Amino acid sequence: MLDRMVYLDNAASTRLDEKVLDAMKPYYFDIYAVATSEFGYSMGIDAKEALEGARQTIASSIGASAEEIVFTSGETESSNMAIKGVVAALLGKKDKHIIVSKIEDFPVLNTAKAFEKAGYKVDFISVDSEGILDLEEFKKAINENTALVSIQHANQEIGTLQDLGTIARLCKEKGVLLHTDATHSYTRVPIDVSKIPVDLVTMSAHTIHGPRGVGALYIRKGTPINKWMDGGFQESNRRAGLENIPGAVGFAKAVELVTPEENESLSTLRDHIIQKAEEEISHVTLNGSRTRRVPHNANITFHYVEGESMTLHLDMRGFAVSTGSACFSRSLEASHVILGIGGDHERAHGSLRFTLGRYNTMEDADTIIDAIKEIVEQLRAISPLYENK
Amino acid sequence: MKFPYSEKVLEHFRNPRNVGKMEEPDGKGLEGSPACGDMVAVYLKVDPETTVIEDVKFESYGCASNIATASIITELAKGKTLEEAKKISWKQATEELGGLPSVKAHCSVLAVEGLRAAVRDYEEKHGLVSAKEPTTENVVRSRLKHVMNPMAGLDIVRTELVTKINVEDGNVRILLDLPSNHQFAAAIREDILEKIESLWDVKEVKVVFTE
Repeated sequence: MLDRMVYLDNAASTRLDEKVLDAMKPYYFDIYAVATSEFGYSMGIDAKEALEGARQTIASSIGASAEEIVFTSGETESSNMAIKGVVAALLGKKDKHIIVSKIEDFPVLNTAKAFEKAGYKVDFISVDSEGILDLEEFKKAINENTALVSIQHANQEIGTLQDLGTIARLCKEKGVLLHTDATHSYTRVPIDVSKIPVDLVTMSAHTIHGPRGVGALYIRKGTPINKWMDGGFQESNRRAGLENIPGAVGFAKAVELVTPEENESLSTLRDHIIQKAEEEISHVTLNGSRTRRVPHNANITFHYVEGESMTLHLDMRGFAVSTGSACFSRSLEASHVILGIGGDHERAHGSLRFTLGRYNTMEDADTIIDAIKEIVEQLRAISPLYENK
Repeated sequence: MKFPYSEKVLEHFRNPRNVGKMEEPDGKGLEGSPACGDMVAVYLKVDPETTVIEDVKFESYGCASNIATASIITELAKGKTLEEAKKISWKQATEELGGLPSVKAHCSVLAVEGLRAAVRDYEEKHGLVSAKEPTTENVVRSRLKHVMNPMAGLDIVRTELVTKINVEDGNVRILLDLPSNHQFAAAIREDILEKIESLWDVKEVKVVFTE
């Protein structure tokens, strides 16, 4: 038993960095007014300045200008806003046609499914065995009248990075708008909207040791988008609701705290987990790509054993990871991502996702694989699928 | 620490009883499939005079509920006659375990079905099946509900892979909505044969694929 919890589920949520909390505190206790115009009272003007400073930080992190950033409540809201807002604005101007990939995270995937139910034509584009978008299938699906394409930058489960530059170029050739959910790559892998012609980008603070319940949507200047939540005139009349100023300030601080050195060290840990698992445990499969992968994700199937049994054993030993097994999920469905890359249900059920963050160490990487080695051995000993293979 | 399972479930999960494969069992039951994420095998050694279960072993590829239920089932079955063992219910097993989360019912039912299948296997092999039920389309259909569709993780009946069943003079024909060159075709066929060929009055089983 470890004397502390080893947390390797940083794609789900992260521990808040103390420096982030310190940056946020004044906006709860000292400058708690709403953001006012420059003709408001002093505390409101200070609040507004903090909000705009945070906006500038987010904008600069992706090569955008400040007025192109809208703060939201996170990934789900940003992606809903992007898709529903653009599709509504283009109603009657473009076809009722949307393109997404098969392995999108639920905010995009289920928004697309909702449009499909409402009569839209939605193409769910296949990916290859590494999770990379089938560009030929994509080229066949897209046309001048497609309303919107939404393809993620990095995958939430297997960490595969899409070739966003090529996808964006193909969209521009047809004059089609492109949204990307960058929640799982943001700050870990650079994205520069001044170079890549992507029109909308979803970002979130909860995966980078920032506060949860805060995110942003980049909206390229001139992009047609309707307001989809009615209310006040905040965020230049693009997103109604009281601005979460402490959240925005915390988000900006979290962005500033990510360094290239940190990303480099995360990728070292990631490689160590993959290498150690492959060397020391038999019958394992790396899910996703070896090279086109975010620095903080490893996803491995341990064949002949079931994921929930593994995560429960790991939990009892003080490790937190997630699995693509149906038994683990709230929906009781196997991971659509593992199935999407051509894996069968058994591969999904036996998969573990390790996602790293600032507080993980080489010792964490070592001890979890040591623990898994024992657990897998124990479970394979009672598995009818495993006979001295 | 907070776990969604009772102490007893966790205890059986950590230290499952009667695990392993049995060489030359008198009866064997296999339920579930890797596709659905849960699979359990139950092996029996039976005293032919008294029909008392002298030894029982299980193997599990499954989640905690599946492993714990299979473990408790083997404890309950040991020393019982086949008739008594058949009556062990899922409810009884879960009560013994101090309850299971309701969403996990499916995984634990499988363990109970594994034991019943092992008893049935023994009875069929030893001519103990009283008042033999003739194999009808419905009997075949209900057995096919234990064959998984690996693409969906659910059985082939529920996922409408089975389009037609024909039973005539012990010849069973099963039509599947699946091309013969499909990656799972061979595995599904094998699974079907295993489930249907053992029926007492079945002479031949044909699995027909689409082109």
